[in-house]
Amino acid sequence: MLKINNLHASVDGKEILKGINLEVKAGEVHAIMGPNGSGKSTLASVIAGKEEFEVTQGEVILEGENLEDSAPEERAHKGIFLSFQYPIEIPGVSVTNFMKTAINESRKARGLEDMPANVMLKLIREKAEMLEIDRKFLSRSLNEGFSGGEKKRNEIFQMAMLEPKLAILDETDSGLDIDALRIVASGVNKLKSKDNAVIVITHYQRLLDYIIPDFVHVIHDGKIVKSGGKELALELEEKGYDWIKNEAVI
Amino acid sequence: MAYTEEELKKELETKEYEYGFYTDIESETFPIGLNEEIVIAISKKKGEPEWMTLWRLESFKIWKEMTEPKWANVHYTKPDFQAISYYSAPKKADPNKSLDDVDPQLLEMYKKLGISVDEQKKLQNVAVDIVMDSVSVATTFKKTLAEKGIIFCSISEAIKEHPELIKKYIGSVVPQRDNYYAALNSAVFSDGSFCYIPKGVRCPMELSTYFRINQAGTGQFERTLVIADEGSYVSYLEGCTAPSRDENQLHAAVVELVALDNAEIKYSTVQNWFPGGKDGKGGVYNFVTKRGICEKNAKISWTQVETGSAVTWKYPSCILKGDNSIGEFYSIAVTNNYQQADTGTKMIHLGKNTKSTIISKGISAGKSQNSYRGLVQIGSRADHARNFSQCDSLLMGNECGAHTFPYIEVKNKTAQIEHEATTSKIGEDQLFYCNQRGIPTEKAIALIVNGFSKEVLNKLPMEFAVEAQKLLEISLEGSVG
Repeated sequence: MLKINNLHASVDGKEILKGINLEVKAGEVHAIMGPNGSGKSTLASVIAGKEEFEVTQGEVILEGENLEDSAPEERAHKGIFLSFQYPIEIPGVSVTNFMKTAINESRKARGLEDMPANVMLKLIREKAEMLEIDRKFLSRSLNEGFSGGEKKRNEIFQMAMLEPKLAILDETDSGLDIDALRIVASGVNKLKSKDNAVIVITHYQRLLDYIIPDFVHVIHDGKIVKSGGKELALELEEKGYDWIKNEAVI
Repeated sequence: MAYTEEELKKELETKEYEYGFYTDIESETFPIGLNEEIVIAISKKKGEPEWMTLWRLESFKIWKEMTEPKWANVHYTKPDFQAISYYSAPKKADPNKSLDDVDPQLLEMYKKLGISVDEQKKLQNVAVDIVMDSVSVATTFKKTLAEKGIIFCSISEAIKEHPELIKKYIGSVVPQRDNYYAALNSAVFSDGSFCYIPKGVRCPMELSTYFRINQAGTGQFERTLVIADEGSYVSYLEGCTAPSRDENQLHAAVVELVALDNAEIKYSTVQNWFPGGKDGKGGVYNFVTKRGICEKNAKISWTQVETGSAVTWKYPSCILKGDNSIGEFYSIAVTNNYQQADTGTKMIHLGKNTKSTIISKGISAGKSQNSYRGLVQIGSRADHARNFSQCDSLLMGNECGAHTFPYIEVKNKTAQIEHEATTSKIGEDQLFYCNQRGIPTEKAIALIVNGFSKEVLNKLPMEFAVEAQKLLEISLEGSVG
């Protein structure tokens, strides 16, 4: 589904990604771990097409199509979803209205009519229930005054509504208490299928107890320095990132 | 709400000023220039009684002695008042005819404006009076209203048919010498709307006036007078457009509202005069005086969405004369390209327990300048007066400006005044967040702006809110990226 070849990206002339190679197939869950500042979030932003990052070399290919010239919204229409580490506030725009706009814009890009209001309502009800979201929450302004946990749960709610092919969860576990973590993780698990894929970016092993990865990759200094199965995450938890850093030097 | 989305989407495709067409209707236009003869000629043309002619001449005399105000935060070339024609009327218009008699070309134009009178009649509970250039063209629903004793007609007609009301109230809220443009308007106003709601009557429909400047080189000087007698209620809507033109057109209107004891007037405006081209050429100068007076327990609520005009100078105000009276001002002012707006309100608290609320949302884009200017004045008799003001500014890009000039004058110790202000900018991060969810940048801006303006949009009657939302979107297209 996703293929990243020798990806280099920089911001303000400073190189952050220094040759990332990664392949994600449909039905797989990949975890990307690594210390602060290693380039995890940059990788997520570059896949989503954030313009402040300049791709200097390499390519990102989604289902055989090079994304080089695709704007962020086009990538979204093609099925890429990014759950933000720090979701943005939009005062005065309700969660419902935001979702309605997002869904209908994606449909428009695919040449479809707007989703009928009753279908939309049903979908919202269903997904909100799955993530144990109070309906009142949906009329509140997007992310405004939300707690850390509410913001993250709302991100997963949006993911559920948009049904992406490739979901990238950027530090979705940060700011979540254990109950919220469980709800969010079970939501992601329910959304998982053989046709879509998930990339989980995380600092800690904790989330991976709930969302079991098929592969774990460790990023250090803009490169993937180690890949393995789910046991790699446990090893990291035990030995810390210094172990990888030292190994990378050798 | 679904149809709102539909309409918004359709409008996204239109980039230029949407109402920039010119209707080829034969007009009768006065020679340019202003002097006593012209003032008399206007009055004569309208078949006005002598007292009105004299009132106009008095205003003209006052105007000649005044100078144009310079304190507003706007810069423009002073209009040449001798280069404007002060009267232009579509030749075939006759306000006394029924709608069926109206020039089909005129009707076609209303259709283009999206205010097809037929449609309005059928779908909305709205009575429309349309003022094109200078003359009131058609007033729909007159009969229905007459049954309740409501008078809704052009001001010219009211001068002839209801002189006692006009004599009593014209200039009672905005005196001739109030300011330069009010004096000018008093001398040369060519038409406008008049509305009287009798005691205890709740007007069953929204009353609406549509203003349009069609003829080149003309000014529009309309005058509106709304009187809500004791215990009555009326909601009044006003919309304005002008075709795109290179030269600046002048619009200097006066609106007077009188809310007698226990009456309520809701006055909503969507102003969409031609804002000038992308290079700052042309556009309408919009110098308007709007003011209302509240007697005991009365309430006046101004709601305005200002997206048009090259230069706007406008302060819908309330004189809270009666005890327990309430004044409200809800405003969205959008400026883009080279537009300049200096707008706000004055809340003059004279009576006891008077309350006022001011919510102002300024949105600036391009190279525009957007100023809020407001005065809250609490008189010495106004025990326990309260005011709440909130002024929010939203900036798009790095070349525009937002300014806030709040003035507060308090002469009574029991007054309570609150003022809040915020300034924010549409950030790259906000846009990226929307983009990532599949929402293109233009649409994202519209969404963010609508969210920002929601408190004010909510105050508009439903069908007007839809139009206003569209206008916001159109006005800001191409302003980022």
